[in-house]
Amino acid sequence: MKTRRIIWFLFLFLFGIISVSAAGAEANEPTGEKEQFDASTFILEHISDSHEWHILTKQNGESVAIYLPVILYRKGTGLHIFSSRRLTHGRVYKGFRLEEVGELKGRIVSVNEQGEADKKLPLDFSITKTIVGMLGAAIIGLWLFLALSRSYKKTGISYPKGIQSFLEPVICFVRDDIVIPNIGETEHERFMPYLLTVFFFILINNLMGLIPFPPPFGANVTGNIAVTFTLAFFSFIIIQISGSKGYWRHIFATPGVPFWLLPIMIPVELIGVVAKPFALMIRLFANITAGHIIVMSLLALIFIFDSLAVVPVSILFVIFMDCLELLVAFLQAYVFTLLSALFISLAIVKEHH
Amino acid sequence: MLLASNSLTNPAIGTIFWAVVIFSLFFLLLAKFAWKPILSAIKQREEMIKGSLASAENARKEMQRLQSDNELILKKAREERENILKEARDIRDKLIAEAKGRATEEADKLIEKAKTGIEKEKAKALSEIREQVATLSIDIATKLLRQKLEQTGEQEKLIDNYLKEINLNKN
Repeated sequence: MKTRRIIWFLFLFLFGIISVSAAGAEANEPTGEKEQFDASTFILEHISDSHEWHILTKQNGESVAIYLPVILYRKGTGLHIFSSRRLTHGRVYKGFRLEEVGELKGRIVSVNEQGEADKKLPLDFSITKTIVGMLGAAIIGLWLFLALSRSYKKTGISYPKGIQSFLEPVICFVRDDIVIPNIGETEHERFMPYLLTVFFFILINNLMGLIPFPPPFGANVTGNIAVTFTLAFFSFIIIQISGSKGYWRHIFATPGVPFWLLPIMIPVELIGVVAKPFALMIRLFANITAGHIIVMSLLALIFIFDSLAVVPVSILFVIFMDCLELLVAFLQAYVFTLLSALFISLAIVKEHH
Repeated sequence: MLLASNSLTNPAIGTIFWAVVIFSLFFLLLAKFAWKPILSAIKQREEMIKGSLASAENARKEMQRLQSDNELILKKAREERENILKEARDIRDKLIAEAKGRATEEADKLIEKAKTGIEKEKAKALSEIREQVATLSIDIATKLLRQKLEQTGEQEKLIDNYLKEINLNKN
């Protein structure tokens, strides 16, 4: 009974996104009435990474935000760990400054005594908004699936109930409709853990990105190219590790190709090897970012027209977009997993020649 | 370009580093503590369901076989009963017929016996009557002879009369 209520709560929470989404975005809006509203800054600020988690800006211009830890490594001075609060309003701390304008906007640079930025950027290992969001997703995912695995231990083999009836169909969907059709019955078990992890990691992050409040919800994690790069990189590694002899022969000694063509063929094949995960990276990044941009643009309409009359229209469109994004959240997790499985299946294929 | 310079399209090393750390931990922990037991439990259950379905199918087939066996046995039993009944009927008919035949024979025999008995008795009675008639005749003769001896004229008349009587009785 209790778990069912929790699941219902989660559901309601998920579908309650929309109303909160509008409210949250409005709160995010800087309230400088006199200055011109800049829609692209408004949108990019939301979807790009940040060292602080902005919650709202008060009437008097004071902003309420969660200041995240900054971790920097600079050759010579070593490791620096401090709160990003020290870098607000362009302040310099320990010779670092958070750029607010120009090409390096949002990046932390080293500055000398004269306040000139050093060309060489310090290595930035800060816990940013994206990383907090990702960490939140990982913790929620771990909690969900460890609870699921515990429930199997507790009930033994029985009909699915509670959290099982909620998650098991999704797991079985991944297995029966993504992994087995591509990789095959005999070898699919080897790749199930990775593909399931990727699927749920993307799915949870996508869904959390749709929920605007409170932190760690609302970060644009899967719309961050570094994150999708990492995921694609893991797929790339898995594909290369599981590549069969035939797979490598196809790359370096394509059967049926005369040897003098190989200098052309090998680079082409190598481009193919890299292009596959590259496509994975771009697809996920672009889809999620595009969704966020559209939602934010629709909300920006309110401030562009500077009229309350636009609010219902804008909110209606946002509701529609959020529904669409809900679909996209599942779809992109599905596509990423499906294509990873497909590329793996191409790599493990046995030679028939 | 706005996008080209933005961190949006420029993967940050730090983010990649943390993403690798978080994702690896997420993957390792889930693979060890979640996917393994979950997948094996799902598989076990599926196998159990498959097994149960197969055994149910087997049981159904067995039942069907038994049922058809039962029907066969029933059919046989019915045939047997029919046969037995028919035989019994035959035997009964035969017995009745036999009994009837024997009874008629017996009756015939009895009747025959009775007839012969009657014949015999009749003959006996007749011979007895004849004997008595003879004795009577002798008596009469004796008496007549005695009277004749006493009266000569009358004697002859008497003899004639007696004789007449005897002739009538004899027929």
